[in-house]
Amino acid sequence: MSLFNQIPQLPKDTLRAGKKAIDASFKDFSREYGDLIELIFEPVRWLLIKSENFLTDTSWIIILALIASIAWLGSKNIKIVIGSVLTLLLIGYLGMWENTMKTISMTFVAAILAISIGIPIGILMARSNIALRIASPILDVMQTMPSFVYLIPVVMLLGIGKVPGLLAVIIYAIPPIIRLTNLGIRLVNNNVMEAGHAYGASYAQRLTKIQIPLALPTIMAGINQTIMLALSMVVIASMIGVQGLGQPVLQAIQNQFFTLGMMNGFAIVGIAIIFDRVTQAYGKRMQKYQETVDEQ
Amino acid sequence: MSNKEYIQIQNINKIFGPNPESVLDLVADGIGKSELQSKHNHVLALQDINIGIKKNKIQVFMGLSGSGKSTLIRHLNQLIHPTSGNVIIDGEDITSMSDKEITNFRRNKIAMVFQKFALLPHRTVLSNTYFGLEIRGVERKKREKEALKWIDRVGLNGFENYYPNQLSGGMQQRVGLARALTNDAPILLMDEPFSALDPLIRMDMQDMLVQLEKELNKTIIFITHDLDEALRLGDNIAILRDGKIIQEGDGQEIVLNPENSYISKFVSEVNRGRVIQCKTIMKKTTNQELTNEAIVSPDMTIEEAAKVITESGLDVGSVLNNKGKLVGTISVQDIVASIVTPIKYKND
Repeated sequence: MSLFNQIPQLPKDTLRAGKKAIDASFKDFSREYGDLIELIFEPVRWLLIKSENFLTDTSWIIILALIASIAWLGSKNIKIVIGSVLTLLLIGYLGMWENTMKTISMTFVAAILAISIGIPIGILMARSNIALRIASPILDVMQTMPSFVYLIPVVMLLGIGKVPGLLAVIIYAIPPIIRLTNLGIRLVNNNVMEAGHAYGASYAQRLTKIQIPLALPTIMAGINQTIMLALSMVVIASMIGVQGLGQPVLQAIQNQFFTLGMMNGFAIVGIAIIFDRVTQAYGKRMQKYQETVDEQ
Repeated sequence: MSNKEYIQIQNINKIFGPNPESVLDLVADGIGKSELQSKHNHVLALQDINIGIKKNKIQVFMGLSGSGKSTLIRHLNQLIHPTSGNVIIDGEDITSMSDKEITNFRRNKIAMVFQKFALLPHRTVLSNTYFGLEIRGVERKKREKEALKWIDRVGLNGFENYYPNQLSGGMQQRVGLARALTNDAPILLMDEPFSALDPLIRMDMQDMLVQLEKELNKTIIFITHDLDEALRLGDNIAILRDGKIIQEGDGQEIVLNPENSYISKFVSEVNRGRVIQCKTIMKKTTNQELTNEAIVSPDMTIEEAAKVITESGLDVGSVLNNKGKLVGTISVQDIVASIVTPIKYKND
């Protein structure tokens, strides 16, 4: 009867001992190799600092002009450019310029790294079904695991600060670019691929001349998603010492500062919308001239 | 190289399924297509295909869907590898080539035109056309010059910078043809290239192909499901059914002597007047005195001959060969008779 009411369970002592043992070995591991791992990530730290210094030390006028021209090159849409400039001016006027620059810097570096790691992994997944079968469950874990949980091992290994924050952001933001690169390549029309084979294209030629150009709109959607996720995670990563707009939010939660929370929250929304509109407009522009031919 | 058999397809069997080699013996023992599918879960796509293809001729493979014709043409550039058998082109067995050799072979020896065009939608007409040369590593200026020449030849002058989706189906297939011709390969594979086109455009394209064939000296392998098209284009025609060649010969032979009721059913729909030539039904004679003013040539179709003879107000025409020598006579009555003759076939 007791089995009916009570699910079989490991004795509490055994469970506790098991958890302790795993924790202890991980702690030993991080004590042993922590310095080495930090050394490995030194270039990343350097990149983060350079990027942040550039954005915070340069005159706001130059930064604003820079962002406006990137928005123009991406979207070719004057409305989006004006919207971006006004949003940033308002953010500055309300005293959030420096934190916003720190957040943009972190998001930018994280997105660049996630994209440059994610696209090759996606290409590999599209090429080999074995790679697909290995990577899919890992990506599932990365996407569903609560982000706070993997902050823990990252902090244990690298302490708190920019680099562990960046690592957490990349882990959180990389799945969409991997998945959508894979999907985009796999969706390339078979007829077109057959033509590539028939004309004697090598794997590299098929990849660069057929698959990637045709997958590009899908890959762009992945880049857009990755940037959005990076931005949201940069805010959460304030819990482990990442500076930027997340920190005032955290402070506001702890002290119930309603206005502070709202203002910084809306600043995050503002730059999220800028990133989103620019990358989406860019993706759409790429698709314009290549509506598919195979409807006939 | 002998002009006789530029391409030899020898004992090709192709079986699709989990383990094709395991059922090869059953196929050799003559197991039927349906039995193989229901009992052994393998699909017999091609069975014991043997054919020699002459250089610089148009070889047509005709068959309905599921007859294996598209599978067969893909053996010629090894997009599909046979379960057993060999394909020998210009003395080389392409079925035993390494990946690198086959890539080289595809780049230099063989070009392909597809039923669904298979153009690259992100590239312009021009850069689609020089795709094969680009793959081969030809420098930009040279490949553009070559591509422009062929774009002009297929009648797409002025459309170089259009994208495929801005063109009609017929124009897209012209791009497909220009892409194949720009490669300047001696062999051209055409997998139902005109099936997706309107009838009038299809006729235009057929005429263009015949014209090109005369100018270019290429060996063309042409797939179609349309007997009229096969008769218009083919120097030699092979009819496929259920993965087997059931008759092979030139258009005259197939129309006049269909091998069985399946083929005769196709043939009965054909306008025989446009296929049968004077030399096939003329009464042979060398008596020069019979020559009259209604002069026809041996290769003329009987429909054209009927026109010539009736227009000159006579009942009988003289068939003169290209040296102007009388080789036979042909009467309007004979012509009418062979247009309406009920078809006899050899077997069943």
